[in-house]
Amino acid sequence: MSHAIKTIEGITKESTQEMIDKSLEVYSEKAKKKRAPHLAPNDQASGSACVKSNRKTVPGVMSARGCAYAGAKGVVWGPIRDMVHVSHGPVGCGWYSWGTRRNLMSGTTGVDSFAMQFTSDFQEKDIVYGGDKKLKTLLQEAKELFPLAKGISVLSECPVGLIGDDINSVAKTSSKELDIPIIPCNCEGFRGVSQSLGHHISNDTIRDYIIETREFPEPIGPYDIALIGEYNIGGDAWSTKPLLEECGLNVKSVWTGDGEMEKIAATHQVKLNVIHCYRSMNYMCKVMEEKYGIPWIELNFFGPTKIKESLRKLAELFDDSIKEKVEAVIAKYDPIMQAVIEEYKPRLEGKKVMLYVGGLRPRHTINAYEDLGMSCVGSGYEFAHGDDYDRTSVEMPEATVVYDDVSEYEFEQFADTLKPDLIGSGIKEKYLFQKMGIPFRQMHSWDYSGPYHGYLGFPTFAKDVDMAINSPTWSLVKAPF
Amino acid sequence: MANNLGLAVKPVTETPEAEIKRVAEWINTEEYKEKNFARTSLVINPAHACQPLGAELAAHGFEGTLPFVHGSQGCTSYFRSTFNRHFREPAPAASSSMTEDGAVFGGQNNLHEGLENAYTIYKPKMIAVFTSCMPEIIGDDLTAFIKNAKQKECVPADFPTPYANTPSFNGCHIHGYDAMLLSILQTLTTGKQVEGRCTGKLNLIAGFDANTGNYREYKRILEAFGIPYTFLADISETFDSPLDGHYKIYPGGTKLDDAADSINGKATLALGTYSTAKTFTWIKDNYSGKHVSMPVPFGIAKTDALLMKISELFGKPVPESLKAERGRAIDLMTDAHQYIHGKKFAVYGDPDYLLGYVSFLLEMGARPHHIMCSKGTKKLEKELQALLDASMYGKDCNIYMNKDLWHMRSLVVTDPVDAMIGDSHGKFAARDAKIPLFRFGFPIFDRVNLHRVPLIGYQGTINMLSTICNKFIDITDETCDNRHFELMR
Repeated sequence: MSHAIKTIEGITKESTQEMIDKSLEVYSEKAKKKRAPHLAPNDQASGSACVKSNRKTVPGVMSARGCAYAGAKGVVWGPIRDMVHVSHGPVGCGWYSWGTRRNLMSGTTGVDSFAMQFTSDFQEKDIVYGGDKKLKTLLQEAKELFPLAKGISVLSECPVGLIGDDINSVAKTSSKELDIPIIPCNCEGFRGVSQSLGHHISNDTIRDYIIETREFPEPIGPYDIALIGEYNIGGDAWSTKPLLEECGLNVKSVWTGDGEMEKIAATHQVKLNVIHCYRSMNYMCKVMEEKYGIPWIELNFFGPTKIKESLRKLAELFDDSIKEKVEAVIAKYDPIMQAVIEEYKPRLEGKKVMLYVGGLRPRHTINAYEDLGMSCVGSGYEFAHGDDYDRTSVEMPEATVVYDDVSEYEFEQFADTLKPDLIGSGIKEKYLFQKMGIPFRQMHSWDYSGPYHGYLGFPTFAKDVDMAINSPTWSLVKAPF
Repeated sequence: MANNLGLAVKPVTETPEAEIKRVAEWINTEEYKEKNFARTSLVINPAHACQPLGAELAAHGFEGTLPFVHGSQGCTSYFRSTFNRHFREPAPAASSSMTEDGAVFGGQNNLHEGLENAYTIYKPKMIAVFTSCMPEIIGDDLTAFIKNAKQKECVPADFPTPYANTPSFNGCHIHGYDAMLLSILQTLTTGKQVEGRCTGKLNLIAGFDANTGNYREYKRILEAFGIPYTFLADISETFDSPLDGHYKIYPGGTKLDDAADSINGKATLALGTYSTAKTFTWIKDNYSGKHVSMPVPFGIAKTDALLMKISELFGKPVPESLKAERGRAIDLMTDAHQYIHGKKFAVYGDPDYLLGYVSFLLEMGARPHHIMCSKGTKKLEKELQALLDASMYGKDCNIYMNKDLWHMRSLVVTDPVDAMIGDSHGKFAARDAKIPLFRFGFPIFDRVNLHRVPLIGYQGTINMLSTICNKFIDITDETCDNRHFELMR
């Protein structure tokens, strides 16, 4: 594929490398050797990764990464609304991840929707004697107190794997006795190098325990699809699902934002999987392709340019009736999006943004900023793999800095050199950069706003970016005395 | 392949509306409450976190100190983001990032490499090490590991590296605070006791308290007395630093020299008897001067007791300014009593705060009807009961130890109250019960600036009371019919 090479004035491979080298000066030789391959200037023409990724974090450098449990509970399993998700182990992990991702849910909490914190609250005696008995009892209690739950996931925290509990066996027995799917997920936080392995393990448990266990009662039609890797952050799925439906497609299930377990279990019947977050769910797309022959397509719902491109790419896979509907949808929203751009672009033109998010947004949102006249001058991921960085290369301007599992120190150094007008990253980074006087938006959680996906999301995104950069509060940072 | 549970394949079903309605009503019944309280193993919506979170808070309270979590790296991210969300401030902390091989070989290599990097990159004056689950389970020997780290020169031999074992499967965040604070003080004061020396200062410990306003309030009180002090584990600057265009990784905290010299203090006052228990026991045996452990001063009586104790320890009268402040607080209490008298409250939180809420409410003639501690003890239960027994407004109030916020939900929907007091996590139960939640606890994730509004002392009493009474008046204004919508309230 050929892409127009984007350049940023003042940024060359040499200038970027110099900045990287400077940021590494503080490290010991050993740490420098480990960190250096994770930092590089982008080579846009190559279309391939310029950094190493998915490696162990260097101890002590202050990484923003989470763990496998976070990837399983927070990302893949947690958003399924009609299941009880048990954080199995000590109280903390579940408590810290309770309500902090903003994967919104329909339904009535505690009745048919469970945005709550369920835990086995391990005590010393559970560590000594094992927690399997406790698990068996708590599964009964969950079934009794929440009769409308469609299933229960058991998400292991570190101690469970270390003391050798057999949650798989408990899940199997209890599942039969209670007549409810109970999914054991061995996602202990020490496994792997980041959240990413938790995604993979969770995908595998969906493969092993859920998929094919349900069937849609109605006949399957040619336009039946599933939306994969859409987590409904700030209501994103409530923008993308109706958009796909407006294009004439039937979204039979969403994985897993505001998700329903039984519909996820019947997804093997759909005709196409549309994937948004490739990093966290490509595994199951590949499984469904191999096993059930379901093709999959990666789309991008950030910003009008990418949405339009994505919808047309999608239409190519269907007949003319869908193609016509897609064109009608584009024609309907184009002027609305144009009006948004006309309102905000004059205030944002030429502004520079740096990104550091999880596994998708560091590349997927770049064009949405460009729609507003902005440029991305640096981007990186907490837990991406090489294939993510391949995909990033073409989106980022030439020679801009790419950073993998960036340490707080490196990120601060880069921002200090590049002087971005906005940083889009996470809560741990937010206040550091705001203290430096740099406007910031949380790009994991949409900073308590959203949705940002789809045509419904772009006006909110544009408004938030404008609000962050142009807030009059920034002009008051420097005291007159 | 897909069906490891061997379940029968079934059609996708939708739960009928009538069934949802039935269950929605059922979870509000006495019958459900009984089932809910019969739980022995499942914990739902607990109101406590794990030990290392508290350890990190204590570490942030010292000058130039980098909290360092020995364990899986995800733990560190969880602790940091909790503080980021509550304070809306940076919370730098490092991790030894243990992975699978750590489970096999132990975490020493990770710890050593981590200490070396953290020391080199972030240039701390002290690194406070504490553990999460993994090293606790595999039995890492922190004492030996840290000794070896110094031998290997990962950090200089004289560099302070206090460390605490803070397993998450034991106690909760307040115990981690206690353990870390104890280790920091032990480390810094080693060899610093000087026979005959007295700093003339008061050493103050606030206990696990994530309200920066409280810290500033304590200082104001001591300054009004004119008493020199060392505030140990002082997070007020760390988590309330000015935005001036420069990021400072260590913006505040107790000066390490002052902390070291605190062992020669004139007196040491540990507030929060539950979150400073171990530290205080050690201080009593090791610190010069007098030692007092007291409750956190919520409400008038507990503030009076604190001021009288300070007065006694330093032989100084309670200053006029504080006497006047007391008078103003009492003035408000009498002005406002009619809006709170007899109102029923459900309160939950950490033991030290809980005791404070209860005595404050009883002073106002309000009823702490449901009192819940998600990590309590028999001792706490007794102490709470004694407070209730001492007041006619404590009659028929109920104490629930080691229950959670799903129990609390059953309580407030079956045996209603007018309001709840606690942290943000109670908002779900409060919404279901259609009552306001006063966010005085930790964490507060859904309101701005509340961590800066002091709750302790006379000023704190004024703040809590105006928040509560004005909210009740708002509710009257919002819900009354037109005939009763009046100018005056």
